[in-house]
Amino acid sequence: MPMRRWWDRAQPVVGAPGARGLGVGREEWLQVARDVAASGGAFLSLWTTLNDDGARGPATDSPGDTAVYCAYLTDQGVLIAELALPREGEEPTYPGLEEIFPAASRLQRAASDLSGMRSSDPDTRPWLNHERPYEFIRVDGEGVHEIAVGPVHAGTIEPGHFRFSVVGEKVLRLEAHLGYVHKGIERRFCGLPILEGHRLAARVSGDSAVAFSWAYCQALEGMSGCAVPRRAVWLRAVCLELERLANHVADLGALGNDAGFAFGLAQFSRLKEDLLRAISAAFGRRYLFDIVVPGGMAVDLSQETADALADTVRAVCSEATELRGIYDEHEGVRDRFTAAGCLETPLAARLGVLGLVGRASGLGRDLRVDVPWPPYTELYVAKAVQQGGDVAARVAVRFDEARESGRLLLQLLSALPDGERAAAMDSPADGAFGVGLVEGWRGPVLVALQAGPEGSIRRCHPHDPSWQNWPALEYAIMGNIVPDFPLINKSFNLAYSGVDL
Amino acid sequence: MLKTLRKIASIGLVSEAAPQTDAVLRVRSALDERITSVLGRALCIRHVDAGSCNGCELEIQALGNPYYNLEGRNLRFVASPRHADLLLVTGPVVRNMEAALKRVYAATPDPKLVVAVGDCGCTGGILGECPAALGRVSSVIPVDVAVPGCPPSPVRILQGILTAISATA
Repeated sequence: MPMRRWWDRAQPVVGAPGARGLGVGREEWLQVARDVAASGGAFLSLWTTLNDDGARGPATDSPGDTAVYCAYLTDQGVLIAELALPREGEEPTYPGLEEIFPAASRLQRAASDLSGMRSSDPDTRPWLNHERPYEFIRVDGEGVHEIAVGPVHAGTIEPGHFRFSVVGEKVLRLEAHLGYVHKGIERRFCGLPILEGHRLAARVSGDSAVAFSWAYCQALEGMSGCAVPRRAVWLRAVCLELERLANHVADLGALGNDAGFAFGLAQFSRLKEDLLRAISAAFGRRYLFDIVVPGGMAVDLSQETADALADTVRAVCSEATELRGIYDEHEGVRDRFTAAGCLETPLAARLGVLGLVGRASGLGRDLRVDVPWPPYTELYVAKAVQQGGDVAARVAVRFDEARESGRLLLQLLSALPDGERAAAMDSPADGAFGVGLVEGWRGPVLVALQAGPEGSIRRCHPHDPSWQNWPALEYAIMGNIVPDFPLINKSFNLAYSGVDL
Repeated sequence: MLKTLRKIASIGLVSEAAPQTDAVLRVRSALDERITSVLGRALCIRHVDAGSCNGCELEIQALGNPYYNLEGRNLRFVASPRHADLLLVTGPVVRNMEAALKRVYAATPDPKLVVAVGDCGCTGGILGECPAALGRVSSVIPVDVAVPGCPPSPVRILQGILTAISATA
């Protein structure tokens, strides 16, 4: 087992269960990637030190070094490889990972815009830096023309640019250009009080507030050695499953609408509103920002409120099952969903697709089952996996996961353990490093966190699985017609803010 | 088909009464009477995300659900700024969206209204402190009404829109 030697050499990293860190040399940097790929592991994220933050990771002791990091998901947990790069020279380079993990390409380009550190890969077009016009890859041939869409889209969604090369209505190629809502979140983290960083983490992608703030707190609590009360851990799972259920319900409505069935949107948007109002009654907010806080939860639930919330969850899930029957029997809807935007398993695996989109293409990873963290260590979660890879498969995964989240919510809410809602927290020591990993509704959400002096953040890197899944959308649309793009795009429903940072 | 119809009939009408306008949300009132006289009671809205985390977008989308029933109040989201009377702008404006926001504003025919949505749109908020953000919406285009909140509820956003188009509030 080639992975074994890396795993044995690696040092434990606090936060996510089983996480390890490994300092590597230039040759080893690529070998680790090859071995992870060969053993069926996944590429999770890549980031570098920022030029002025002097971060140090699990393996380097000297602040002021620059380094590039890569997080992989293996059977045993997260493995973080760190390659230290000498500061001398104008722009340090490191071996690119694109050939082994195609999803690394855009992360490397984004990291280059942020820090000046470049990979050796051939695509060096800026990603976050929009100062110059973007050089799209052109498709030549008789009758080929381009359709440029965005950054401001026709609906109420986030901004990004899509460049379609089409013949007639058929899409030959799609290239997305993102980065329009780049705010500089990673740099903003530097120097923030580390006990307040969860607020910014929650706003990396507002639809995944619980996932990001939990991953942040998981890393931080590991670094501080804080034991989160069992009650708080269960309440966090309540929030995470509510976030999953609310997003899936909203998507199921929007997918019906994009298939020309406005009834679906009317019904599911009503159900989502019912859910948000119940969440607001229970937690004092419709969206669960600033509720997962370092040490535990900002709000506790009384058993009466928990019961009322459970009643709404039960009603929403029951109606969703009824509506699933209507979707399944509607020939127009079935016709639009089936075979649209197909991403077959081998291609999904080659692209390293993660989360919900991966599970709809036969890649059955779910952190709640594979690398469970409390309280999922003591809960059974049924994975929702489909083989089709088309819009219909992504719809089916959403229906299955919504039902499973509903079941988990009823279980969690009926048996909340007694105890405190939060434990006291101290700032971790300067240089402490931790990683948080949570299965959000889109897929694995990772936060790598390092403490600076006097309770500050030295470096924080949040990662959304949309990084992996955006390039897959470009493949899924090939050969489909332009009018199916909104439907196919919605079936992926990827984050813009979550990757633009 | 029968199941669909039965479902529609069993749910019935769930739309709620519109909220009152709120003068507190108003930032400026230069164009009011002219606009209301031109528009009557119908209004077309163009949403622009200028750098939001996507939280405000979710609450704007909720305006279309049957409870708030935006279209039932003669308010409608449109696909192009050229069709719009009012821009609903979220987020701190970020560097990479500044040009797009200015172009959307220029493409919107006069007389036009702008409602800034969310803490980030109103003041810059927590994301407005990021290095690639320029801050509040009014630092880039003129704003008539500002609706704070993180994110503001659909009722609050609807109040902001109604305040913008009422001559008196």
